[in-house]
Amino acid sequence: MFSIGITSAAYICSAVLFILALGGLNNQESAKRAVWYGMVGMGLAVAATVFGPGVYNIFLILIAIAAGGFAGYYVAGKVQMTEMPQLVAALHSFVGLAAVFIGLNADIMLSSIQTMQAAAAGVPAIADGHTIAIPLTARLTGFGEQLWHKDAVEIAILKVEVFLGIFIGAVTFTGSIVAFGKLAGRVDGKPKKLMLPNDENAIPYISGHYLNAAALVVSLILGIMFAQGAGIWTMVLVTLIAGFIGWHLIMGIGGADMPVVVSMLNSYSGWAAAAIGFTLGNDLLIVTGALVGSSGAILSYIMCKAMNRSFVSVILGGFGGTTGPAMEVEGEQIAIDADGVATALNEADTVIIIPGYGMAVAQAQQAVSQLVAKLRAQGKTVRFAIHPVAGRLPGHMNVLLAEAKVPYDIVLEMDEINEDFPSTDVAIVIGSNDIVNPAAQDDPNSPIAGMPVLEVWKAKQVFVSKRGQGTGYSGIENPLFYKDNTRMFYGDAKSSLEALLPKID
Amino acid sequence: MKIGAPKETYEGEARVAMTPASAKDLQKLGHECLIEAGAGQKAGFTDDAYRAAGVTVVGDAAALYAQADIVAKVRQPSDAEVPLLRQGQTLISFFYPGQNADLLAAANAQGTTVIAMDMVPRISRAQKMDALSSMANIAGYRAVIEAGNNFGRFFTGQVTAAGKVPPAKVLVIGAGVAGLAAIGTATSLGAITYAFDVRAEVAEQVESMGAQFVFLDFEEKQDGSSTGGYAAVSSPEFAAAQLAKFREIAPDMDIVITTALIPGRDAPELWTADMVAAMKPGSVIIDLAAERGGNCKLTVKDEKIVTDNGVTIVGYTDFPSLMATQASLLYSTNVRHMVADLTPAKDGVVAHNMDDDVIRGATASHAGEVTFPPPKPKIAAIAAAPKREQPKALTAEEKRAAEITSFKAQTKSQVTLLVAGGVLLALVGAYAPASFMSHFIVFVLACFIGFQVIWGVAHSLHTPLMAITNAISGIVILGALLQIGADSWLVVLLSFIGVLIASINIVGGFLVTRRMLAMFQKS
Repeated sequence: MFSIGITSAAYICSAVLFILALGGLNNQESAKRAVWYGMVGMGLAVAATVFGPGVYNIFLILIAIAAGGFAGYYVAGKVQMTEMPQLVAALHSFVGLAAVFIGLNADIMLSSIQTMQAAAAGVPAIADGHTIAIPLTARLTGFGEQLWHKDAVEIAILKVEVFLGIFIGAVTFTGSIVAFGKLAGRVDGKPKKLMLPNDENAIPYISGHYLNAAALVVSLILGIMFAQGAGIWTMVLVTLIAGFIGWHLIMGIGGADMPVVVSMLNSYSGWAAAAIGFTLGNDLLIVTGALVGSSGAILSYIMCKAMNRSFVSVILGGFGGTTGPAMEVEGEQIAIDADGVATALNEADTVIIIPGYGMAVAQAQQAVSQLVAKLRAQGKTVRFAIHPVAGRLPGHMNVLLAEAKVPYDIVLEMDEINEDFPSTDVAIVIGSNDIVNPAAQDDPNSPIAGMPVLEVWKAKQVFVSKRGQGTGYSGIENPLFYKDNTRMFYGDAKSSLEALLPKID
Repeated sequence: MKIGAPKETYEGEARVAMTPASAKDLQKLGHECLIEAGAGQKAGFTDDAYRAAGVTVVGDAAALYAQADIVAKVRQPSDAEVPLLRQGQTLISFFYPGQNADLLAAANAQGTTVIAMDMVPRISRAQKMDALSSMANIAGYRAVIEAGNNFGRFFTGQVTAAGKVPPAKVLVIGAGVAGLAAIGTATSLGAITYAFDVRAEVAEQVESMGAQFVFLDFEEKQDGSSTGGYAAVSSPEFAAAQLAKFREIAPDMDIVITTALIPGRDAPELWTADMVAAMKPGSVIIDLAAERGGNCKLTVKDEKIVTDNGVTIVGYTDFPSLMATQASLLYSTNVRHMVADLTPAKDGVVAHNMDDDVIRGATASHAGEVTFPPPKPKIAAIAAAPKREQPKALTAEEKRAAEITSFKAQTKSQVTLLVAGGVLLALVGAYAPASFMSHFIVFVLACFIGFQVIWGVAHSLHTPLMAITNAISGIVILGALLQIGADSWLVVLLSFIGVLIASINIVGGFLVTRRMLAMFQKS
């Protein structure tokens, strides 16, 4: 059994290791070491807690960890890289749920300890200088012992913390489940808002955003009642209402905004952990929660910046209003077959490939990788240009390409490569649309005006691999497809590329 | 349909409108191919080569004209050939209907459909049939070769044991297709190349080919490129400025290649007699505009002359024919693309679609009517984009001022944030107990460290970052661990589930992160 001192020392080590683990992600090589820091830090923290003071039911703990660990091991080994967004969302929901449970537990334990304190007068006690000493007979957990020593103000603050933990946790939980459903394709990806009584004659003040706002107000009132001692039922209600907010909020956000949603939920899961840390008075939880929370917040910020939209507008769903009619698109979309693309590629010296969500959907990353390997074997310069919001998760494209064994040093960010398009012979757009839309720069009336985009149209020749003639997620016509130097390579990305492969020599 | 290519009757013409390679492609479109015996001889294609490609060799022109439904030629038909044309036949050749109105009327009178390869509109879709460009490309290349042939020195500068050789200086006037080809050839031979064009926006293309663009000290409102990619007549002031510039650089130039033509007009005089007189002996002028009178007035069409001061002026007009093999290969491919557009179903049946911009533009006579000139094409030609305002370069003082302003703004916003944050913290501190504040310090500092650390994370590692933050947010397991020993069964149950799902997070998160990171390989 470790003393409190040793446990604290272990916590400090863990906190440092976690910071190193996150900091190590600044490049691919040090990241491989960093993940081990994270694992050691976590192992240390769990071991120090389990073998520290005030922890009982070790047997149950072992069962739970073994079962959870096995499930985690199984999922981590089996998950496809294209399914990463779902997995990340699912894992967020677990943190949220755990936070809700721990918050509820804290309140249950608080009330049972208050009962004990009331009954404690006169029982033989440990003399520790407090007004009411802990009875020798009581078996208190480490947390219970802390609760015992709290005075009235501290208990009030504790209640606020419990409320915050439960509220954020529940929003994270249901929000992540909806995000998971949308990313996995089990829930329709289109934005939907609850309209009461129905879509046709909705009463605005009890529909859509107002519903969320109302739910938030009710939660706050319940929270205040709870802080004044209204009992655990308020918290159960808050759990349900916050759960509704999470569900409703994410249902109202469309598929292509998922990078922001997932980052935001990532952030929430961190704040939930931090709130729990306050409740439990555990600094390691606070530190870790704050690290995760700020990480998610920064990711959300980067994603919003990359879409030139404010965080609030993404979360409330829908695109900003346009200020006038969109520019007329002139010209025609000209199709090309695999032979034509192959000829152009065989003659090109520099090629840039712009992958998007369509590549992930078609599972075309292996075919892309083979194409790149063949082109590189001929001594051509082949690079990838990744827009920050390509895919459904920040950095999603990078992971898919890495999985297909594309070397990471030819996979470049938008800012690194955007100036190279004019000197590029061939640009291949695979399953991207809005992120290569010239209207963002040319048309001030476009809904995506001002969004930073990859300037593929400056390449000498552009090929767009696309399923059909439809518009992108935002429903905006893409003038790129009508440019003189653009050829449309219609069809499923994977089969198109596989048809192309044998023709490259 | 039968497509036939007769022997060219124009004197010195060595090209042919069908090659064995193009014949094979034509057959794929469902057509049958005919050729007059010996038609490809001068371009290096024997009758046997045609036979091997499945082409029927026909004895004489009369038989060919009688059999063929489509006649593909290079030059416009001569007076002797026109009577051979017949009702319903299609003729594909260079025709210059603008200059050959009589010929067009004669062909129309025969009931022949005339497709003039020189009238193919200049739009992207029609580039594959743009025979003028193919021929101009050859002319530009050949002009440099011809200049080298008549020039007594190297193109490239060399330092040899026998002494230093300065590089030749080449001036190309007119940066159209021929001009650009000449620039490319001259620079790859090692010459220092200068180029001029009235359309200042082609400077970029010129520079991309490795030449220096000769800019005039002249501001003009008229945009020389607003006429569908061809040059237009320039104002007298502009012409004067241009001549002054040429006069200034003439003594320096070893080779001058002029390619300036304005559609439907005589060639403008750009290289005057006094400029020729100013040039060094041994210099060479290649005048690609000789057919239309020449950009230099001293040029004699189809001849090479040497002036009194020893400057060679070449006025040949048959450069493409001098490279008959290459020219035939390109021209026959242009013709083949035209035929492909005429037979969209690839079934050997011609569907002459007059609604098609390209076919309409090239057709000079159809169904007994003269259809020249064509209406303006619906799709605009390759026009230069309107010029954009260049962002003004800032002076050093302006930059400095901007820096100071932004520094002040930053300081202001940071100080505001710090003060506001401080006040907020003080408010919290005024009411919260000490035990809360000690945790709060930890929280604020951790957020701070988090922001600093996460900004450094590579964008490509954002997905692993999310996975690893998933794993470490499994730290909530500690909360559940601290509660699982409680007396209440409900607490035990809830914390049991808590431990379980948090462990899924921890193990799953770390393992999937490791799996992802292991995939990132350097090349």
